[in-house]
Order: sequence, then structure tokens, then C-alpha cells
Amino acid sequence: MDLFLHQALAGLATGSIYACLALAIVMIYAAINHLNFAQGEMAMFSTFIAWQLMQWGAPYLLAFVGAAAFSFVAGIAVERVLFRPIHKAPVLSHIVLFIALFAILNSLAGFIWDYNVKSFPTPFGSRSLFGNGLVSSHDAGMMGVAFTMLVLLYVFFRHTRIGLAMRAAAANPESARLAGVRVGRMISLGWGMAAAIGAVAGIMIAPVVFLDPNMMTSILVYGFAGAVVGGLTSPGGAVFGGLAVGIIENLAGTYIPYVGRELRLTIALFIIVAVLTAKPSGLFGRAIVTRV
Amino acid sequence: MIAGVALALLLPLAIKGFFLFQLTLALIYAVAILGLNLLTGFNGQFSLGHSAFYAIGAYTAAILMDQADVAYYWTLPAAGAACFIVGFLFGLPALRLEGLYLALATFALAIATPQLLKSTPLEPWTGGVQGIVILKPEAPLGLPLNSDQWLYYFTMLTAALMYAGAVNLMKSRTGRAIMAIRDNPIAASAMGVNVALYKSLTFGVSALYTGVAGALGALTVQFVAPDSFTFNLAIALFVGLVIGGVGSIPGTLLGGLFILFVPNIAEELSKGLAQAVYGFILIAVIYLMPSGAAGLIRLIVGRTARSRSQPVHFETASRSARLTRETPMSSSTSGDENAK
Amino acid sequence: MKMRNDRHWLMVAAAMAIAALATAPAAAQKKYDPGASDSEIKIGNIMPYSGPASAYGEIGKTEAAYFRKVNDEGGVNGRKINFISYDDAYSPPKTVEQARKLVESDEVLLIFQSLGTPSNTAIQRYMNAKKVPQLFVATGATKWNDPKHFPWTMGWQPSYQSEAHIYAQYLLKNHPQGKIGVLYQNDDYGKDYLKGLKDGLKGNMPIVAEAPYETTDPTVDSQVINLKASGADIVFNVATPKFAAQAIKKIAELGWKPVHLLNNVSNSVGSVLKPAGFDNAAGVLSTAYMKDPTDPTWKDDPGYKKWSAFMDKYYPDGDKTSTFTVYGYLAAQTLVAVLKQSGDNLTRENVMKQAASLKGLEFDMLLPGSRINTGPNDFAPLKQMQMERFNGERWELFGPLMSGEVGG
Repeated sequence: MDLFLHQALAGLATGSIYACLALAIVMIYAAINHLNFAQGEMAMFSTFIAWQLMQWGAPYLLAFVGAAAFSFVAGIAVERVLFRPIHKAPVLSHIVLFIALFAILNSLAGFIWDYNVKSFPTPFGSRSLFGNGLVSSHDAGMMGVAFTMLVLLYVFFRHTRIGLAMRAAAANPESARLAGVRVGRMISLGWGMAAAIGAVAGIMIAPVVFLDPNMMTSILVYGFAGAVVGGLTSPGGAVFGGLAVGIIENLAGTYIPYVGRELRLTIALFIIVAVLTAKPSGLFGRAIVTRV
Repeated sequence: MIAGVALALLLPLAIKGFFLFQLTLALIYAVAILGLNLLTGFNGQFSLGHSAFYAIGAYTAAILMDQADVAYYWTLPAAGAACFIVGFLFGLPALRLEGLYLALATFALAIATPQLLKSTPLEPWTGGVQGIVILKPEAPLGLPLNSDQWLYYFTMLTAALMYAGAVNLMKSRTGRAIMAIRDNPIAASAMGVNVALYKSLTFGVSALYTGVAGALGALTVQFVAPDSFTFNLAIALFVGLVIGGVGSIPGTLLGGLFILFVPNIAEELSKGLAQAVYGFILIAVIYLMPSGAAGLIRLIVGRTARSRSQPVHFETASRSARLTRETPMSSSTSGDENAK
Repeated sequence: MKMRNDRHWLMVAAAMAIAALATAPAAAQKKYDPGASDSEIKIGNIMPYSGPASAYGEIGKTEAAYFRKVNDEGGVNGRKINFISYDDAYSPPKTVEQARKLVESDEVLLIFQSLGTPSNTAIQRYMNAKKVPQLFVATGATKWNDPKHFPWTMGWQPSYQSEAHIYAQYLLKNHPQGKIGVLYQNDDYGKDYLKGLKDGLKGNMPIVAEAPYETTDPTVDSQVINLKASGADIVFNVATPKFAAQAIKKIAELGWKPVHLLNNVSNSVGSVLKPAGFDNAAGVLSTAYMKDPTDPTWKDDPGYKKWSAFMDKYYPDGDKTSTFTVYGYLAAQTLVAVLKQSGDNLTRENVMKQAASLKGLEFDMLLPGSRINTGPNDFAPLKQMQMERFNGERWELFGPLMSGEVGG
């Protein structure tokens, strides 16, 4: 039982890493109805910016805010410069652009900051709470940040006019335009917000996994899985999904005999796919209604 | 066209082994992309997991040759059959998934495959992380060809058969049904098309094509290991699909050439930033040809045809238009994979 | 009479001299295989400059810098080294493609320090069939020391299994009642170490937990928790730098203090121990065969100074706290020694023969007393390692320079 608790809590900790990124994924999905494969790399790049600011002497808070602000602006810029000109192109071509962005950011980060692993500070300290190393203060802080972002996003989408406008723009652009929504602006805003959320995610994640250009490549997989299983339209679902993936993976790795250790991710993904076959739009997503 | 075929046939006699090796691989990737195209381009099912089928085909070939001493040419139908079964079986639960959700499921398959190949229970067959080394096939009947040249011709022959099969399939009633499902599944179903059956069958056929390509790949590279079939391969196939033109059979040839040669070109241009250069090339290509090479050709042909005041083949245009013309901005709520 | 006899002997002597001069050029004749000429020697190399293993690209860059230095100083026997290095992104099909490109298109003399076990396995048969040296491969897998089956393939660094044997001996001597838990990367590299440890222990100590991880795992926290829960009091950390650092940190966070054996690949102070936290890493054991550039013991060592000057001048962007740069430096020096020894006979066969006849070769960034030795049946240039303990600030070597005895 002790091991179970320990693994579950550790899974919760890694799960909050996935949850943070899953929120960024849900954000971008809200804006463009599609997944940005480069979301992880953008987050990684933002984290490097924060790191560089600290190397130049900035205190943590300033670096945090600076990186998030930079990412917001950069996200909007990427949308305007890269994606706006080809918005008439097919969706699959957009995906190739995401892939291109991924390659560029990864390569650039490696070129500028090299591939050696760097440590990244945490504002929460690394004491272990409850004394026995079950949960560290950083893990708790990270979960706190994830929930704070979740609450903010929820409020944004449900209770602000801009949030409503963004949802309208993504659901039905033509009608939204007729209702006076500046669709183009909503999309840019969505990109900016997703980039900023990604930056926060990266800054939270780096102290645990260490900072290097390949930091986010695998985490994106987990974040994606978590967002999808939770339902791509639901920020709460994304967090739940991220946490669930973390816990399932750890428990699978510990308790499934013989193959559990080697096939952790496979088993987690398998469970997710099973969930999806039962609930095709995710656990908390809205069902797809199609008009014939 | 005849000139092209003649050139392709005479090439091995003129160029060095290494370049021939690269062309053979490009052709193999083209066949793999063709498989992906059947599923995504012609049937509208978004797959990010075709590296799994490529891997299954490659390992089938390698295991048969290594452990059962099967002759290399028999490994191709075996790989195809194995992948058809796996693809069909995967297609069944995938029926319930659309768009990004299906993408995740196929993606899960792509991630799982190298892990499964490495895993201890399967190690006696797969060789685990060490992989399997196999011998290159030699030319039969004592033909005066070295193994590189023979492999090239063998691949060309196989590819020709596969392409002919794909073209015929798409021209047939089955092909039309497959495309109808992509364009409007509800209407297709209303017209009597057994959507579930066709979708699963297409998954199977698509996997078959990519699996055969994988087997050819194993013969050419002479080595299979789990690291050869990571998610990066699935992404590369996807990029090749789009660059060549979604829903275009000849486009896949360009796609194969692109994913083999352009990364090398990028490396020549910049050692330290090779990936970044590759990314920029991708962006440039998409800007120039938003619908892939086939889309560009269609555009040019369409313009010149109009200028000669001949009727444009609207049927051909609309076939791949549905998938290729969907954009996030103009997505409607009528049963497409982008619905929330 | 006498004068005629003298002239007779003079003529014989002259004839002999002329004969000697006539045959001498034939003996000093230059022999070249593709890639070698009067002015240059083309050396091929394949490294992962992109993708998951890109951290190792530093090795290739260091080697390129070293060859630039050699060229600036006149080259090897008057020939400049043309170092052609390609990226394979750690993907075996790409390695095959790049190897074929180097051999068939660029026509290099040999391929040097190709990195990665699967990558090298992919090209091993091709290289041996084409009779091109696959020299000093950058991996510690034990199987590269197999001259009988693969006479054209040679390793360089002490093999993983021999290193694991050294740890096994240490444990049997100092902690014979212990219980071992192994954290290992689930690939060739990890499994090679694990096998080495098991072989070395010969069943005399129990391995109570084996925790594999994948490079796609974000953290190894779960694995470390499992190891602690198994009751192990000795940990064998077979992880690459990032994960090794995570493991060290997590073990400390759990308040667990096992005997911690860290594999040689990941014992760099700058790349691993610093991110992990020096306090957390205190007491960790490992082995070394090179001088660690962060170890103040070598501060005034002439060999270290030379290396440091080289880095400052030729590779200023390189990481001077990383042992990867020392590794590349030493490997490049070994190749230069082989090429020098080959003289004007730069055929692939001769280069391979010279590589297999290195006797007592000494380099100033190897640990004192360490020598490189190879022979026709011994394709393992480096075998000697010394154990070291991290004291919270730097590594402290202890014990004798040992030789793991595994091969083939």
C-alpha cells in the first residue's frame, strides 16, 4: 500500500507536468480547432529565454514574467507571419507547417544553447513535504500553478466576453463575423495565450526534468494524450487527463508483471485508446453533433 | 511518360551504387506514402501511425529471412498480408474515432511499435534492441547485375505493380465508395455504402502498401532495429504525403524523393542548423504549393485548360477537394473531422 | 695485380651502391587507397547532431577542432586531414545511407568514431564486406572487440561490460551482503552494462530490482521509487546524463542513501553532477579512464594545460566541463597516432594493421599509467580504469588502475 501511494503521488506529480502542457494544447485547439505540434518546442524555447534572462542577472519573477510576455507576443507573431498568409490552404498543409516550426525551434535552441542538460531553479524550493519524500514542495507548487491556470482559463471561457467571442470564432467563423466578432484577432489571441501558457508550463517543468532542447519532445506526447482523453474542448478535462496519464503510467509500470516496466507508455496509450472507443470525444468533451 | 520510364529503367547502368541505393529508398518511401495516401488522402482517415505498419512489414521480412530462411521475394506478400490483417483489425475500433482523436490512436500505435519490438517477450524473434541483420538479395538467373542494381529493378517492379493496383482501385466502384466516405460519410451511407466495412478495408489495404514498402526497406538497408521505426518516420511519411499532394497517386513519387533528399540538402547547406534549414524549406514549399505538388500541377493544368477553353475535369477536382479544402477558419458543422 | 684488384673492388662497391639506390625508392614507395593522397587523408565520421542523442554531437565537433589543429601544425606526415562528418540523427537507416555516402561518394579512407550501438551494428557488415576500416567506434558495447568475425571493426573506449566487472569486484569485496537495484536505459547500452554486472557477480550477490526506462520517459522518478521499495541498498545507475542526474536528485529527495555506482558515460561534473546538485551527488562512485577537466588535481598538469589551450583556441564554444570534449580529443589523438604510424603506406589494410599494433601508447589526458594496447586478437585499445568517489566538490580517484578482462 505504501508503494501504491508513493507511485500514485509520483504519478500525480509527473501528471501535473502533462496537465500544464495539456492546457496549452486545449487553448490552441480552442482557437484553431487543431493541434499545434510545435507547442512543446515553443514552450521549451520560452523556458530557455527565461533561463537566459536569469543568466543575465534577472531575478526569477522578472524572468518568469518576461518569458511569458515574450511568448505571448511571439505566439501572435508566429500566427500572423507564418499561418495567416496560407490560411486558405488545406488543414494537412498547416500541419506540415507545425512540423516545420518544431524543427526550426528545436534546431535553433540546440544551436544557441547547446544540448547539455542545465538545471533550472524553482521558486518553491525542493523540500519534501510531509517529511518522507512522497511529495516535494516543487511538485505541490507545480500542481498549484496548473490548477490556477485551469481556473483562470475556465473563467475566461465561461464568464468573459472575449472568451465567448473566441469560442464563437472557432465554432463557426462565418456566423461569428456576422455577429461582429473579429475572427482574425481571436485566432491571434488564442495563439498568444497558448504560447504564454506553454511558457509557464515549461518553466514549471524544467526544474524536474532539466532544461535541454529535447526536454519537451516526449512530454508533448503525454500532454496530447491527456488533452485528448479529457476531451479537447475541456480545460478541466485536460488537467484530469494529464494527471490520469501520469498515474496510470506509474501504476502500470509498477504492478503489471513482466511487461509493465518496459511498456509503460504503450499500456497508458492503450488504455486511452480504449477510453476513446467508449467515449469518442473524450471523457469530458462535448459530443459531436452532425447535421446531415 | 515513355521517356521517363525508359530513363528509370536505364538509370542503374549509368550511376554509382550509392546514388542508386538512395533512389531505391526514395521509391520505397513513395510506396509507403502511397499507402498513407489511400487512407488519409482518399478515405479521409487521419493517420499518424504508418511507421508502425512499415515496421511490421520490415520485421516480418527480416524474421522470415533470418529465422525461417524464406526467400526474399516471398517476404513481400507475407509482409503485405500481415500488415493487412493488423491494419484491418486496427481499423475496426478506429471506426468510432474522428480527426484528432483518430490521430491520437494511430499515434499511440506509432509510439507503441518500437517499444513492443524491443520488449523481452518478443526478443527471441525480433532480436530486441540489437535488431536483425539480413543479407542482400542477389540477382537471379545469373544476370549480370550487382545487388544494388538488382534491388533497384526489383523495387521498381514491385512499385509498378502496387501503383497499377492503386490506380485501378481508385477508378473502380470500390474506389468511388472509398472517396465518397471521405467526402460525405452520411450521404455515402445513405446511398448504401457499407461505411464500416470500407473504412476498415481501406485501413487494411493502406497498411498492406506501407508494409510491403517496409519489407523492401528491410532488404535495401539490410538491417532492422526498433530505433529505425520511431515516430519520426511517421512524421516524415506524413510530410511526404502533403508535399506530394494529398489524394494524388503520382504525387507520392515526389513525396518519396522529397523526404529522402531534402534533409541531405539541408545538411549540406548548414551543419549546425540542418533541421532549421529543413524547416524553412518546408515552409517555402508549402507557401509555393499549398496543396502539394499535385495541387500546383492541377492549378497550372486547370489554367491552361481554361485558356484553351476546354472543360476542366470537375470530377477530378472535387474528389480531393473536400479534404484538401477544409480549413479551420471555414470549417462547417456538417460532419467533418474538425467538428468540436 | 694489386691495383687491378683495388679497382675491381671499387667497381663492385659502386655496382652495389647503384643497386641499392635503384631499389631504395621502391621500398619507400607510397601506397594509397581511396581517400589518401600526397596532400590529404579523408576521414569519414557519422554522429547524431540532431535528434534524441544530439548531446553526443559535441564529440564530433571536438574531433573536427582537433584535426584543424593538426592541420595547422603541418598535418600528418605532411598530409592534411579532411574530416567529413555527417548527421544520422541516431537512426540506423540514415547511418547506412551516410556510411555508403562516405565510402562510395566521398571515397574516404576509413570511418572513424561512428557513434551509437544500433548505428554501428547497421553498418558493420557493409564496412567489413567493403573492407573499409570502421575504426574506434564511439560506443562501449562489448561486441566491437571481435577481430575474428569482423576484422575491420574496432572499438576504442573501455567496454561497458568490463566497467561493470570492475564494479562487481568492488561490491564483492566491500559490500558482499548488499542487495542491488539497477536503473538502466532499455537499450543496447543499458543491457550491456546489466549483463556485465551479472556476469561479474557470478550469482554471489542478488539483484533484487531491475528498473528499465525509455528515453521517451520524462522522468525516472517512478523507477527510482520502485528501486527503493525493493529493499535494495546498492544502486547501479546505468543512465545517460539527463536521466542519471534526475536519478541522483530523486534518490536524495527520498532521503535514501544507497551505495551509488554511476556509469562512466554519465559521470561528467558539469553535465550531470552539477544539475543533480553537488550535495546530492556526494558519495557517488564511478570509474574513470580520462582526466576530468573539472578536477583541480590536474590544474597544473601539463597535459591538462595543453588540452585547455587547445579548447580555447580551436573550440571556444565547447563545454570545458564536459568529459565529451576530452573523449573526442583523446580519440582524435589515437587516430593521428595510427596514421603517423602508417607512414606512406596509407592503404586501408595497413591502417587497420597499424591500429591493431598499438603498443604502450600514452596520451596526456589519460590517467597516469594508462596505456593503449592493441594486437591482432585484441581490438580493445583502452581497458584500464580507476575507481573514483565524488566528495561533494570533485572526483577523488582511489585504488589501483584496473583492467576489466572482457572481450569478444
